[in-house]
Amino acid sequence: MDVLNVITLLGNFLIVPGLTYGSQLALGALGVTLVYGVLRFSNFAHGETMAFGAMITILVTWLLQASEISIQPLPTALLAMPVGIAVTVLFTLGMDRLVYRYHRERKASPVIFLIVSIGVMFFMGGLIRFIIGPGDQIFFDGTRFILKAREFKETTGLNEGLSLKMTQAVTIVTAIVIVALLFWFLNHTRTGKSMRAYSDNENLALLSGINPNKVVLITWVLVAALATVAGTLYGLDKSFKPFVYMQLLLPIFASAIVGGVGNPLGAIAGGYIIAFSELILTFAYKRVVLYLAPEGTEIDSLVQFLGTDYKIAVSFIILVIVLIIRPTGLFRGKTL
Amino acid sequence: MFDSGFYEKHRAPILFTVMAGLLILVGFIQSWGVSLTILNLCLISAIMALGVNIQWGYAGLFNVGVMGFAALGGLAGVLVSMPPVSEAWQAGGLGILSGLLITFGTVMACLLVWPRIKHINRWRYWIVFGIILSGYALLRVFFDPGVDAIESIDPSVTGYLGGLGLPILVAWPVGALFAAGVAFVIGKIALGLRSDYLAIATLGISEIIIFFIKNEEWLTRGVKNVNGLPRPVPYEVDLQQAVWFQDLAMSLGMPVDDASSIFVKLCYALLFMVVIAVLLWLSETALRSPWGRMMRSIRDNETAAAAMGKDVTWQHLRVFVLGSAVIGLAGAMLTTLDGQFTPVGYQPLRFTFLIWVMVIIGGSGNNWGAVLGGFFIWFFWIEAEPIGLWLIETLTTGMDPTSPIRAHLLEGAAHMRLMTVGIILLVALRYAPEGLIPERKRL
Repeated sequence: MDVLNVITLLGNFLIVPGLTYGSQLALGALGVTLVYGVLRFSNFAHGETMAFGAMITILVTWLLQASEISIQPLPTALLAMPVGIAVTVLFTLGMDRLVYRYHRERKASPVIFLIVSIGVMFFMGGLIRFIIGPGDQIFFDGTRFILKAREFKETTGLNEGLSLKMTQAVTIVTAIVIVALLFWFLNHTRTGKSMRAYSDNENLALLSGINPNKVVLITWVLVAALATVAGTLYGLDKSFKPFVYMQLLLPIFASAIVGGVGNPLGAIAGGYIIAFSELILTFAYKRVVLYLAPEGTEIDSLVQFLGTDYKIAVSFIILVIVLIIRPTGLFRGKTL
Repeated sequence: MFDSGFYEKHRAPILFTVMAGLLILVGFIQSWGVSLTILNLCLISAIMALGVNIQWGYAGLFNVGVMGFAALGGLAGVLVSMPPVSEAWQAGGLGILSGLLITFGTVMACLLVWPRIKHINRWRYWIVFGIILSGYALLRVFFDPGVDAIESIDPSVTGYLGGLGLPILVAWPVGALFAAGVAFVIGKIALGLRSDYLAIATLGISEIIIFFIKNEEWLTRGVKNVNGLPRPVPYEVDLQQAVWFQDLAMSLGMPVDDASSIFVKLCYALLFMVVIAVLLWLSETALRSPWGRMMRSIRDNETAAAAMGKDVTWQHLRVFVLGSAVIGLAGAMLTTLDGQFTPVGYQPLRFTFLIWVMVIIGGSGNNWGAVLGGFFIWFFWIEAEPIGLWLIETLTTGMDPTSPIRAHLLEGAAHMRLMTVGIILLVALRYAPEGLIPERKRL
C-alpha cells in the first residue's frame, strides 16, 4: 500500500508535471535546433517567437469565445492555433526577408547572426507588449480536470491523489503528434530529406541541385509552427506573460544543447532531461520518506536537494556543466 | 550644404556635441534634474559599454553575462559600505565561516584529486561528482543553521550579515575585483567554447549569479533589497541647512530644494566623469600599445597569431577578466548612485542586451564609440517613452478621446522603446555595421 502511495505521489508531483513541462521544452528546443542545423546560428529571438505565436492564438481564441464557438471539453485555443501558426509563419518569413536574408547572402558569421537575432528579440518583445500588454492573460476554457485527485482517492482508497489537468493531457498528446509529424516530414518526404542534406553539408547539397531558398523557407515555416505550438501549450498550462517567454529561452537552449544542437532527437531528450532534473532536484521527498520509513519516524526537514527557488537555476547549471564537459551534447555526431 | 568630408574627419567631436545638445534640450524642455539623471546613467552605461568593448572590440569575445558582473559590483557596494550587523555575526557567523571553509575544502579536494584520476576515463566525473555531493551534504549541515539564525534576526530591517562599514568609494575597486575574480573562474572553464556557445554559457552563468544574489538572503537580503547605502556626496537635507549653500542658491535665483538636488547630481556626474576619463585614457593607451596590437591580431586571425607564438587562450582570459572588472566597477557605481541594492532589478534585457546594443551602435573596437553608444542608447531608452507618448498623442488627436483604440495605443507607448532599440540595432547592423564612430584603421 505504501509503495502504491509513493508511486501515486511521485506520479502526481513529478511524472505528470515533468512530462508536461518536458514536452513544452522539447517543442521549443526543436525550433532552436532546426534554426541551428539549417541556418547555423543560435536564435535568441525564439522565446519571443513563441510568445508571438501564443499571442495571435490568444487573440483568435478571444474572437472565437466572443462568437461562442467552442470545442468543449477541449480548450478553444486548440481551434485557434492553426490561425496562430499561419500568422506567425508569415511574420517569421517577413522577418527573414527583411532582416536575416541580407546577412545570409553576405555569409555573415554566426556571432553577427546572433546579434541580429537579439535585435529581432527586442523588436518582437516590444511589438508583443504593444499589442497585448505586459500583463497576465488567461485564455483557458473547457474542462479543467480529466482526473481529479479526490475522485482518484475515492476510487482507489489510497491516501495520495493523482490528478490530471486537461492542459497537461493536451500538451503531452499534442507534443507527441507534432513530433511524429515532424519526424515523418524530415525522414520520409523529399523536402525533408533535402533539408537534412542541406544541414549536413551545404555545398554538397547545393551541388546536387537543392534549392537553398526553399530549404530556408521550409525551415522558418517549421520553426514558426513549432514555436507557436510550444508557446500556446505553455501559456495554456501556466499562463501567458510576455516576459516569461524570455526567461524560457535559457531552459530551451539548455535542452537543445544537452541533447546536441542540430539534433532533433537530442532536443526532445534534452527537454525531458531538463524538466525532470528541475523537478527531481527541487522536490520535497519528506512524504516519500515517511511512507517508506518504519512507522513512527519523524523528520524535520523537507528532504530536498535544493530549495524550490532554485528550480530555474537547475537548468542553467546543467547547461553550463554540459557546455564545459561535453559541448557536443549527449547524442553527438548526428545532426538533423 | 553640410560637407561630408568635414563630418568624416571630425565624427567623434560632432557626435558628442550633438549628444550634449540633446541633454541640454532635455534640460530646457523637461527639467535640469531629469537631464542630469539621464547624464549620470549615461556615464555608467558608457563605462559598462567600455567593458564590453574591451572584450568584444579588442578580442572578439562574446560575453552575454554583463548583468552578472554588474550585479557583483553592486553586491560589493553592499558588502563594503553597510554597517556590520554584530548580532547576526554572533548568531550565525560560525556557521557561515565553517560553510565557507567546507566549500573551499571541497573545491581543493576536487582540484587535488582531478590530476590523479584524469586517466580513468570512465569513472572520473562520478568521483568528482561524489566529492562535490558529500561536500554539499556537509555544507548543508553546518551552513543551514547559521543561515537560519542570521535571517531570523530582525528580518524586516537586517536579517543579514551587513558589510564592513567602509566608505562606499572603496566598493568601486572592490566591485571590479569581485567581477574580475568570478570572470577568472568563468574564463578558465568557458573561454575554450565557440563564440555562440560562449554567449549561451555566459548568459546562463549570469542568471546563476543573479539567482544566488536573490536567494542567499544572509548575504544580500535577497528580494528584500538593501536600502540606504552611504553616499560619497553630501545629502540634500544637509545642504539645505548649510548657510553657504543657501547663499549660493539665492545668488543663482533657484529654490534651495531644487538647487540641492541638482548639486548632488552634479557631484555624482563629476565623480563619474573622473572615472570615465581615467578609464578612457587607460584603454586608449592599451589599444595603442604593443599589447593592443597583439590583441587585434588575435581577434582578426587567431590561427596566425597562435602560429606567431602568442598564447591565445591566456590573452583571451586576461582581456575577459579586464573587461569584466570594468563592468563590475560600473555595477558598483550604479548601486552607489541608486543608494540601494535591488536584486530583482537585474534583468538581462536592460543589463546585458542593452549594453551590447550600445557597443554595436557606438562602434565596436573604438573606445570613444562605446562611450558615445552608451550615451545615445541610454538617452533613447529613457526618452523613447515620452517621445512615443507625444507621437501617439499627436497622431491620434483626430480620434475620439474616449476611443478604446486610442487608449490602447497610449498605454502601449511605454513599450515603444523595446521596439525602437530593436529597430535601431537591426538598421545599424545592416547599414552601418561599423557603428557611429568606427574603429580606426591602423597599418
